[in-house]
Amino acid sequence: MSATTTETGTSFVPAADTLGAVLAPGARPPRPSALSASLTFGWRAMLKIKHVPEQLFDVTAFPIMMTLMFTYLFGGALAGSPTEYLQFLLPGIMVTSVVMITMYTGVEVNKDIEKGVFDRFRTLPIWRPSTMVGYLLGDALRYTMASTVILVVGLVLGFRPPGGVAGVLAAIALLVAFSFAFSWIWTMFGLLLRSEKSVMGVSMLVLFPLTFLSNVYVDPQTMPGWLQAFVGVNPISHLVTAARSLMAGSPDTGEITWVLVCGALSILVFGALTMRLYNRK
Amino acid sequence: MRDLAIETSGLVKTFGDNRAVDGLDLTVPAGTVYGVLGPNGAGKTTAVKMLATLLRPDGGEARVFGHDVLREPDAVRSRVSLTGQYASVDEEMTGLENLVLLGRLLGHRRAAARDRAMRLLEAFGLTEAAGRQVKTYSGGMRRRLDIAASILNTPDLLFLDEPTTGLDPRSRNQVWDIVRIVVAHGTTVLLTTQYLDEADRLAGRIAVVDHGKVIAEGTPGELKSSVGSGSVHVRLRDAVQRPEAERVLAKELNTQVQLEADPVALTARIAGDDADAGAERASRALAALAASGIVVDDFSLGQPSLDEAFLALTGAPPGEHSLALTDHPATDKNAQEEAA
Repeated sequence: MSATTTETGTSFVPAADTLGAVLAPGARPPRPSALSASLTFGWRAMLKIKHVPEQLFDVTAFPIMMTLMFTYLFGGALAGSPTEYLQFLLPGIMVTSVVMITMYTGVEVNKDIEKGVFDRFRTLPIWRPSTMVGYLLGDALRYTMASTVILVVGLVLGFRPPGGVAGVLAAIALLVAFSFAFSWIWTMFGLLLRSEKSVMGVSMLVLFPLTFLSNVYVDPQTMPGWLQAFVGVNPISHLVTAARSLMAGSPDTGEITWVLVCGALSILVFGALTMRLYNRK
Repeated sequence: MRDLAIETSGLVKTFGDNRAVDGLDLTVPAGTVYGVLGPNGAGKTTAVKMLATLLRPDGGEARVFGHDVLREPDAVRSRVSLTGQYASVDEEMTGLENLVLLGRLLGHRRAAARDRAMRLLEAFGLTEAAGRQVKTYSGGMRRRLDIAASILNTPDLLFLDEPTTGLDPRSRNQVWDIVRIVVAHGTTVLLTTQYLDEADRLAGRIAVVDHGKVIAEGTPGELKSSVGSGSVHVRLRDAVQRPEAERVLAKELNTQVQLEADPVALTARIAGDDADAGAERASRALAALAASGIVVDDFSLGQPSLDEAFLALTGAPPGEHSLALTDHPATDKNAQEEAA
């Protein structure tokens, strides 16, 4: 006698006809394009945000805190008033906050990669980097959110960019594009290092000097020569200068090109290293 | 010539000093369940990972449906699916989202992926749980979702790596039923297990693996017969008749008869490679005893188990191999047969 079946939990009995109906060996759609696979993984990243919305804390509260803190901490001393200082600081603090958020990419990859689901992804006949590109697409959304939050806070506090809507949007686009490219360094570390904590540690070690030893907070002219030299080659300085120029309505093509080339190099080098590690994992 | 699903020769994978897989030779015909049986640490999972293109072999060759796993990984990937030892689904996502995600990655359009996901969830009894995050699922449900994900595009070869480890008997029976249905529809299944009864029930052929090598290969029956087709145990009414009984049994069964410590008991191992023939010879031997006027109080015919086979093959007690001989929850035979 066949046991009566309902579809709840343990009383399920696999039936040859219903199960057989979904089995069709040989019938397969063509493999998805690289873009389609990447977008699907991007969708996965968004589902993760949907299920754990708390993780948006770092793209909302953290940028607000950074903006408020530095505007009022340095504003009076450096520029006479916080509002005056904000005109100088905002593009830079936006870059700092977003670039700092990029490190969560590495943490996420490191947490995820040990899970069994990655074994499944790796046995799929898809464009291999799409898994990682998907992460970064999800992160690009987070970067955009963080930039928007800072912009809104800035506008409320009195930031008035001469470049207008177009200038601000172009600056944010450049920042998100650069952060997408820069994040490949974190996917690499996420795959290379053994624990989340070590990923965090390395991230801090790279990000603190990179964001603080730059032209974000003050004009580098008062710094000692050796430091000026570092600030001069620091890609963050170039990104900040480019973003400032766009928001000011006088795009500095030289700096923008510098940033784009730097981003492309980052994808080439760290993207290749990431995929090498991913294939070996 | 029959199609081969898997063909490996001298496959090697080392981790530091540990030769996890050490010259593995496997030949798996298409369209069957092939069991890879071995204790923990025998190299089963490592071998599966190499065949599924997750690990690069350090030596030897492996072909899946004729495609070399190193040179044509995408050709292999397009025909296989893997359900790993640890659930290969995303815990933070719902059951439906998991299947739609995979459907999209396998090239289905959005609507088709959703439709296929819903049908699979229904076939696997997960419709009600479709919208819940997988981390709220029971072990059995998770495993079913995992297998559903593996047959989203019905693969030609399905790797099931210890699919019932940690499941309760009912969930385990469900998995067994699913495996039988999947194979009946033409998919080859490579099943690794440390449970002898599981291999015995599901697999058409079994490779016994120990220390990264195949130490025996054959049908479950062949493996059992390597330790004889069983033994007959006889208790006489009168100890005086034992020498006579010993002579009759030795003659009928053409084997050594063992006298037990109990003065009325004897045990004779039945030679041969066929359990049915063994039973027939045992009954003829009993008839011969009766014909000689020997009174038998009690007798039993013992079928050799795969446990005995494993013991005989490795020459070591199972404890030393940490093979789970009896740890598996007792089989719920009735539910099993009802469901079949």
